[in-house]
Amino acid sequence: MGPGARYALRSVASGLGTLLFVVVFNFFLFRMLPGDPIGLYTRGRNVPPEQIEALRAELDRPLLEQFVTYLANPFASTINSARYNQPVWTLIGDRVWATLLLVGTAIVLASILGTWIGIRAGWRRGERFDRVSTGVTLTLYSMPEFWLGMILLITFGVGVGFVPGVFPIGGIITPGVDPTSLAGVLDVMWHMVLPVTTLMVVYLAEYALVMRASLIDELGEDYLTVARAKGLMDKVVRRRHAVPNALLPTVTLILLNLGFVVSGAITVETVFSWPGLGLLSYDALRGPDIALLQAIFLLFSIGVIVANIIADLLYAVLDPRVRA
Amino acid sequence: MSGPARTPAEPATAPALEARELEVRFPAGRGRWARAVDGVSLAVRPGQVVALVGESGCGKSTLARALLGLQPVHAGQVLVDGAPLAASRAGLKAYRRRAQLVLQDPMGSLNPRMSVYESVAEGLRIHGVGDEERRVAEALGRVGLRPPERFFARYPHELSGGQRQRVVIAGALVLEPSILVADEPVSSLDASVRGEILALLLRLREELGLSLLVVTHDLGLAWNIADRIAVMYLGRIIEEGSTDEVLGEPKHPYTRALLSVVPEVGRLEPVVLTGEPPDPAAIPAGCRFHPRCPLLRSGLPDEVVTRCHGRALPVLPVQGPHRAACHATDRASADS
Ligand SMILES: Nc1ncnc2c1ncn2[C@@H]1O[C@H](COP(=O)(O)OP(=O)(O)O)[C@@H](O)[C@H]1O
Ligand code: SF4
Ligand SMILES: [Mg+2]
Repeated sequence: MGPGARYALRSVASGLGTLLFVVVFNFFLFRMLPGDPIGLYTRGRNVPPEQIEALRAELDRPLLEQFVTYLANPFASTINSARYNQPVWTLIGDRVWATLLLVGTAIVLASILGTWIGIRAGWRRGERFDRVSTGVTLTLYSMPEFWLGMILLITFGVGVGFVPGVFPIGGIITPGVDPTSLAGVLDVMWHMVLPVTTLMVVYLAEYALVMRASLIDELGEDYLTVARAKGLMDKVVRRRHAVPNALLPTVTLILLNLGFVVSGAITVETVFSWPGLGLLSYDALRGPDIALLQAIFLLFSIGVIVANIIADLLYAVLDPRVRA
Repeated sequence: MSGPARTPAEPATAPALEARELEVRFPAGRGRWARAVDGVSLAVRPGQVVALVGESGCGKSTLARALLGLQPVHAGQVLVDGAPLAASRAGLKAYRRRAQLVLQDPMGSLNPRMSVYESVAEGLRIHGVGDEERRVAEALGRVGLRPPERFFARYPHELSGGQRQRVVIAGALVLEPSILVADEPVSSLDASVRGEILALLLRLREELGLSLLVVTHDLGLAWNIADRIAVMYLGRIIEEGSTDEVLGEPKHPYTRALLSVVPEVGRLEPVVLTGEPPDPAAIPAGCRFHPRCPLLRSGLPDEVVTRCHGRALPVLPVQGPHRAACHATDRASADS
């Protein structure tokens, strides 16, 4: 087995180890909450008696037995969400697409734009583009998400002074429009503009700053001088040598953020009433809707762990030093 | 003393590489300039090994970069085979095929993400030279990495320091240059492999007729490999001559101080230089060495002392007879 395969195996194994820990932790954490479990899971809502019976039957089983059942399939929770009175994984399955659409779009746009800005600024460090872009990204980076979202919502959704509020102030689609029609697709895109912009700006600032910093780190390296001495044009030195090496930290960051795709949008989804997992988490927390929280917690953890494994593996593909 | 065979200077041919009163400045804050290279004339004749020697920070690397067209110059000229270095992109690119650079730290000089083959082949690709694999193998073989194919797929982190520097040199040689500028080529290597790399450079000079400019802070190393030595202090060449002359009868008090601590020579009373480390943003008037000059402190005629403090010294002519920029020890300088 080569060092590459060994490295891959090691990172997958450690990822799976963490995953197992999270799964176990998730079981016990929610069972150790003080108070009557039935009351906790139903939060005094009007729940049909047969469901209460089922819940009691589930929770009255010996802890070890419950644990074994849970371990066999952590996603087969039989406990319904107290708030929505539906199986939690059905709820999550319905909501996950809206979030993936929102966060995925924002991350893709932010990575492209952010890396581009970071490269330009870092390569010509201290020049005008760098001073302006670094000032702007630092400002954006320090802006709270909800505040930025509110500003955009009020300015471009509601309208301020002569600025008309052209964008929808919330939701993913105008009620009654068929999402599979062309009009529906355009309508969804129209609804995406403000939340995607908010989220993108937040990620973008981070990517640009990290990319700039790692490119500047790379600029002093001798192999760039050697490449220039061999006759490589400045632009090509940047594209072929400096940027690929400086990309590593940014790629890792983007991948790790990908792990937060499902959870990262709680604030933005809440501000724009975007019907995704973020809004679902917010509602579940307000309840609190224990069964739903438990499932969401598990899903978010898995997202982060899987992204970590992918980042590890990709790092090895991109950097031969890691494989050694 | 017995150095390697010296090729005598041949004034008839134009130098392969020459600097004429070159100046390089860097902004040093508050409107001041650091004169890193402050009027340097220097020449390397075809097939010659010239050592550029001086303390760290005296401007050696900056001068080397300027000679390769990698550093904008403030004044003066770089000449290649007697013709001014072209400023056009095409002219510069053609020059960069002829002149190559080897730097101190071989780990840093190699892109960590590129295999040995890719690193060595890069120059060929830049200049559109065909027959890539044969040339890469030949270059690797020439620097002693044999069989070359075994090194193709290796990465820098898998090699030893000496092997890395050989790869760097192979990457320079693959373009069949006529000039090699080596900036401290062995100072980051283990003592045990230093000799091997130096021997390799000398062998390449013999085999390929390379002109070699070796930058070093180590006079002992210069003594081992150079035909001529130029001693640099605070942005200026302060002594220049053949190796035997400069090291056999050093004229400049600075050269004498440097030489006095070289174990290979070990026949001079060690002189420890005192005074502040020189600052290229505040070059002293008169002789730039006067605040630290042991000869001046040991007592000189008043008339000379006045000149040391007040009269600047001329830029030394290149590749002439042994010269030093000193009012007290070099008649020609004193008369100017
Ligand atoms: N890019 C740069 N910007 C500003 N100052 C520089 C730069 N490169 C070199 N210098 C300054 O020029 C002087 C000479 O540096 P260098 O040529 O590296 O010396 P050496 O190679 O002899 O150690 C030093 O004072 C250094 O601080
Ligand atoms: S000119 Fe004067 S100060 Fe300068 S090196 Fe000679 S003796 Fe020393
Ligand atoms: Mg140097």
